[in-house]
Amino acid sequence: MKVTMDVAALRGTHWQQYAVRFVLGGLVTLCAGAVAKLFGPGIGGLFLAFPAIFPASATLIAKREQQKKSQQGLHGTVRGRRAAALDAAGAVLGATGLVGFALLVWRTLSNLPTAVTLLAATVVWLAISLPLWWWRKSHPWRR
Amino acid sequence: MEWVIRFLIGGAVVSAFALLGDVVRPKSFAGIFSAAPSVALATLALTVHGEGPSYAATEARSMIAGATAMALYAALCSRIMWRIPISVKIVTLAGLALWLIAALAGWALFLRGSS
Repeated sequence: MKVTMDVAALRGTHWQQYAVRFVLGGLVTLCAGAVAKLFGPGIGGLFLAFPAIFPASATLIAKREQQKKSQQGLHGTVRGRRAAALDAAGAVLGATGLVGFALLVWRTLSNLPTAVTLLAATVVWLAISLPLWWWRKSHPWRR
Repeated sequence: MEWVIRFLIGGAVVSAFALLGDVVRPKSFAGIFSAAPSVALATLALTVHGEGPSYAATEARSMIAGATAMALYAALCSRIMWRIPISVKIVTLAGLALWLIAALAGWALFLRGSS
């Protein structure tokens, strides 16, 4: 399956939805810092992988799909929910890549410049998530 | 001031990855960006600056448990949303409790006390 970019999809998003995601992202980053200050870096670090915007994104995807179907005179609830389920399946792969990201940062941050470590860890995140997605596409499992 | 900067950087990085997720297709591929290291990138850079690399590395070690919990959370959400007629909002928000329990359990069992 081919990966494409559809910039026109951005037109379907209201500015308030962008604002919600910005505020949620900012708040989760604040909370991660606050938890680390209160309980130490051991507990605070857990929140670096908090599903910050996943609930908002999944809800938005389901709503968009439902609206598309209702414009065609169909109900679209099941379609919307299944679109969100597919997004969540992708998030499983992204989260697996996050484990690699965290491992690399943990092992190299004290020895390499921060920018180099974070850039390399982001590359590792992609290097794990993307092949997993392609493998998943060519080996579908039953739901 | 540090908290304002943290909020702004966190909001910007999370929004950037969310935008990427909005424009790429198919949906399962876009889902990868729902689990992007956005909060980690924003937080770790600021933490190294403020607390030093050793403190940030300890956070990254705990992030392994958080990320594993996130994979479990997303897998459960995907399965429930595919099979059961229940609101997406309810599933994804209620599932956050599972994420917290799994992350804390993983940390307590495998990471607490080790270095």
